[in-house]
Amino acid sequence: MNIVAKKSSNKLVRYGKVILSDWRLYLLLLPIVLWYALWIYKPMGGLLIAFKNYQPNLGVGGSDFVGFSNFVNLMTGAFADQFWKAFRNTFLISLYGFIFGFPIPIILAIFFSEITSNVYLKFMQTFTYLPHFLSEVTITGLVLTMLYNGAVNTGVIAQFLINANIISDTTKVIQDANYFRPLYLITGIWKEAGYSSIVYFAAVMGISPTLYEAIKVDGGNKLQEIRYVTFPGMAPTLIITVILRIGRMLSVGYERVILLYNANTYETADVLSSFVFRVGLEGGNQALGASAGMFNALIGFALVMGANFISRQVSETSLW
Amino acid sequence: MERLNRSEFIFKIVSYVLIGAFAVMALYPVIYAFSASISGKLVYESGKVILLPKNINFQVYNLIYEDKAFWISYVNTLFYTVFGTLWSMFVSTIGAYALSKNRLLFKRQFNFLIVFTMWFTAGMIPTYLNYVNMGVANKWGIVFAFGIQAYNIILLRNYFEGVPKEIDEAARIDGVNEFQLLSTIYIPMSKAAMATVTLFYATGRWNGYFWSRILLTNPMELPLQVYMRIRVENYQAMFDDMPIDLPYAADSFIYAILVCSIIPVLIIYPYIQKYFAKGVNLGGVKG
Repeated sequence: MNIVAKKSSNKLVRYGKVILSDWRLYLLLLPIVLWYALWIYKPMGGLLIAFKNYQPNLGVGGSDFVGFSNFVNLMTGAFADQFWKAFRNTFLISLYGFIFGFPIPIILAIFFSEITSNVYLKFMQTFTYLPHFLSEVTITGLVLTMLYNGAVNTGVIAQFLINANIISDTTKVIQDANYFRPLYLITGIWKEAGYSSIVYFAAVMGISPTLYEAIKVDGGNKLQEIRYVTFPGMAPTLIITVILRIGRMLSVGYERVILLYNANTYETADVLSSFVFRVGLEGGNQALGASAGMFNALIGFALVMGANFISRQVSETSLW
Repeated sequence: MERLNRSEFIFKIVSYVLIGAFAVMALYPVIYAFSASISGKLVYESGKVILLPKNINFQVYNLIYEDKAFWISYVNTLFYTVFGTLWSMFVSTIGAYALSKNRLLFKRQFNFLIVFTMWFTAGMIPTYLNYVNMGVANKWGIVFAFGIQAYNIILLRNYFEGVPKEIDEAARIDGVNEFQLLSTIYIPMSKAAMATVTLFYATGRWNGYFWSRILLTNPMELPLQVYMRIRVENYQAMFDDMPIDLPYAADSFIYAILVCSIIPVLIIYPYIQKYFAKGVNLGGVKG
């Protein structure tokens, strides 16, 4: 036995001794390790399917290895048109979410911080956080029913939009590709803006009141206070949430999309994750779906790493 | 100084009003759903129900009461929520405790493997194939194979790390072992975090839809969310086969089902609300 092997076996013996003498701690760790191994890490091995000509009866291991041909097929083959549309839609929905959705919780948090009546604050927080706790099925059920435009059962919001001349009385918002992105974004803002404001609210409340006093002595008004005290005070939180946003630029969740879209709105509604679901799972093209999913996940991961790296360089704030 | 106070004063008024407006918007669909579910067919279909119910009757709830599939799914969801939350809390609590200990071998690596899953997962297809291979398409499979979240583990771990070392050491000198330490010191000291994570897990289970819809084939095992979605998809066709002179509109049926799914959330929500606003910030987003 050479020295290296001896050393490593000594190490193993030492680890074994530590674990045995402290077995209760390692027993507590065991379930979570097993759970992650079985349900999260084991499927990562299944990512091999993206490089195989998958045959369900042969399984992932038994199917032939075909290199990158699934990826080539994805980007140039029969589904290429749908794939690139999904890619574009994912990017646009994230971008619009960033422009229109992202500032709202921040503004809400600043408004919340102005509220000095504790009773009013508690009630308003309770109300605005509530939609976050409702299921996607519930909120999309509400959206679809309230926007439905039919002969006898026109929903209340569709009725309102018609009366306000925002849409014509023949427009079917949920069947019309032109309306999907605003529909999706407003649904998201309605559900999450209140709850997302919690983290910014904490940041605003953590700002020292003396900073506000100082700017007041210098003759600043409220907007200047926000510009020169509130925003700089929130900066670390804002940077973290912007990193998270950029990192999730290509991961628009599938659940709300597949609950809201239909064949008439695929054009603007289909995102990468719903593409994976429809083509890969429902359509049975598992290998193609998995390669699309992997493509999506890798770009997403690179985006998080990149955003985190840049942030660390310029601001000393980072996720890790 | 006078002008200054005025700008602050105006901003305060604006804040009160806009926050109030946003809260009204957040609540409106929920209130409307309830009103629409108990309004009469004629007033509803002529678009006269805007906020409050008109020509009130509760008969649509009788239709739901007699719908066997509704009760089966409701009881199933209670099952998934109770046992699922217990399982998730059990694994997360003991795991987070172990991960919070500096003497744990490979502590950094284990923690990394948990945090990593917040940024990269295998994706839908390999995950689906794994679930099918492992045979989780049944009631206990749904309980055990789902619902553990890296974010919640980190939140608990950070909280456990904040428990003063002196208390831990004093208890150890008294001969208290790991299990007793966790159950008599760490858990009672972390009530806010435990309550928060329990709420997150319970709402996650109560609201769970996608994987149940994909995996479960036995109608006796479907949860409420799947039942609701199937009804949203088919209620108009269902009402085409029903007598025309019903006292409620077809939409009232959907609104009533949505109300039934919201009510349990409304009942427990105020009790736990006070915990989570605090708890959310404890974990932070950092790994």
